[in-house]
Formats: sequence, structure tokens, C-alpha cells
Amino acid sequence: MSSENAELNHDEHGEHESMSRGKIWKVFAILLGITVIEFIIALWLVPKGHIPLHWANPIYIVLTLFKAFYIVAYFMHLKFERIGLMISIIVPILFIIGLILVLTNESHYWTELR
Amino acid sequence: MSAQVSSIDELKTTPWAGGKSPFNVEYGKMMMWFFLLSDAFTFSSLLIAYGALRFSSSTWPAADLIFQSVPGMIDHGAPLVFVGLMTFILIMSSVTMVLAVEAGHRMAKKEVVGWMIATIIGGFMFLGCQALEWTHLHHEGFWWGSIPHELGEYFRKDEAVSVTSTHQFANLFFTITGFHGFHVFSGVVINIIITINVLAGTYEKRGSYLMVEKVGLYWHFVDLVWVFVFTFFYLV
Repeated sequence: MSSENAELNHDEHGEHESMSRGKIWKVFAILLGITVIEFIIALWLVPKGHIPLHWANPIYIVLTLFKAFYIVAYFMHLKFERIGLMISIIVPILFIIGLILVLTNESHYWTELR
Repeated sequence: MSAQVSSIDELKTTPWAGGKSPFNVEYGKMMMWFFLLSDAFTFSSLLIAYGALRFSSSTWPAADLIFQSVPGMIDHGAPLVFVGLMTFILIMSSVTMVLAVEAGHRMAKKEVVGWMIATIIGGFMFLGCQALEWTHLHHEGFWWGSIPHELGEYFRKDEAVSVTSTHQFANLFFTITGFHGFHVFSGVVINIIITINVLAGTYEKRGSYLMVEKVGLYWHFVDLVWVFVFTFFYLV
């Protein structure tokens, strides 16, 4: 088992070098930058009336998805895995999107019931 | 007896031809990915329930009016500052975790230990902040099934005050951040166990720091969930 691990690790080594320390700090800067942008929107742009509230929410969601991409792709290293593993992780997420669509629709129906 | 090889006997070398793992990851790491996938479903169902209840209410308490304090320093008038600090701490501890994994690839034991300890400290800081935030909200009157008597200050001026949606907010807030905090706590415990193993030289003998990578996956997932909790509870 231990030799197997070492071998696997060795196999991946070439790919791991793409995640150098410089790259790690770059991804950190991106994540921090996106969070700072979200704060600027929430604390300055919306209260001062530069952006209406119904525009801010989709922007937050897009920015959050960007952050999620950077965490999963680089920190969790999924971008450098085999395509088979990527597909088997990402495709089931479609069920979550399905659930979001179904329950959003349902909640509009609940509003009418109240 | 012909020497010609029929096409069915030709050796296939594609990843799915058999004989080796098509994913090229170690068993435990693959199982960690699938566990995290199932955990993502659990968190999603909680957040989607929150979304559905919120969409179906005509009014909802505003986050930047509820989260106004930095416990122990500022009582009022600092919207979202404290949760910003918590977000920064968690992203930072995610970075130290990647650095521990990176040091593991170079088999640098001392560096792995250093970054793991930094990650554990980050985890404890986050948990401490969350405990302060919960205590503060509890003193204001929020808890599972209980809300303050005066609700006017939590709603925007153009929205009607609603007891029902404040109740829903309180229950969902403590359930979802509690479930996330429980994940952070178990992550810290696992990090401590792995750090002890690193110190004992277990992974040096094994020839790889793959276990650090696996616990790293879990830790980044905790960070990932917080990114969504932060957006949907504090911003939207």
C-alpha cells in the first residue's frame, strides 16, 4: 500500500508543480480581491444608491461562483486531475441546480398561498 | 495460426482500458471527493430551504442591520465588519493549508508542521469569532425559536416588520452556521491528528504526505461552504 501511494504521488508530481507558491498567493489575492469588491458593493455602492439592490444580488452570486471556481480548481486541485474525476464531481452538481430551480419556482407559489 | 493480430486483441492504452485507475488518484483521496460531494448536497439542501423560505416571504430582516457589532469592541454601527474578519481568517487558513500540501510534495517535514499549525490556529480563531457572534446574537434575544421583542431596527424602513420571517431567519441562521461551525470544529480536530502524525514521522516513513492532501481537501471544502453562507446570509 505504501509503495503504491508513493508511486501515485510520483506520477502526479509533474502536475503538482503547476501549483507553486507563487500561484498559491496569486489565487489568494484573487479570492481576497473578490471579497473586497463584495464589501464595497454591500457597504458603499448599494447604501449610497449607485447600484439598485436587485442588481447587487446577481452580482454577488456571480462573484461567489468565481470564488468557488478558484477554490475548487486551484486549492482543491481539481483542475489538474483527470477528466474522469472532474466529470464525476461536477455532473452531480447539476442535481443541486435542478433543486434550486424547482424550489425557487415552488416558493413563488407559496407566496401566492399566503 | 495466422500471425496477424485481430483488432480485438490489440492492447488498449486509454484510461478506461482497465488495469489501472482511470482517475489516477489514490483510493482515500477519491473517497474524500465523493464524501465532500455528498456533504455539498447536505449544505445545498439547507441553503436552498433558506432560499425558498426567503423568496416566499414578502419581507425579510436585513443582514447589515442585524450584524452591526464587533463583539467586545464596537456595539453598533459597524455593519458586516466582524463577518468580514471571519471570512478573511478562513481564506487565510485555506492558504496555509495549500502551503502545507505544497511543502508535503517537497517532503519538507518542518514546513508541513509549521503550515499545519498555522491552519489549526486559523480554525480556532474562526471558531472563537463564531462563538462571540452567537453569544452577541443570543444576548440580543435571537436563538432557535426565539427572537427579540422589538424588531423594528432589523427591517429596512420601506419593509413591513414580520415576526414569522424573523423566526425563520433565526432558526435558519443558527442551524446553518451551526452545521458549518461543526464542520470547522471537526476539521480542526482532524488537522490536529494529522499534525501529530506528521510530527511522529508517519508520512515520512510512508514516503508521501497524501494524508495532508486529503485533510486539505476537507478544509478547503469548509472554506468553500463559508463562501456560500457568507453570500447568502450576509450579503444578499
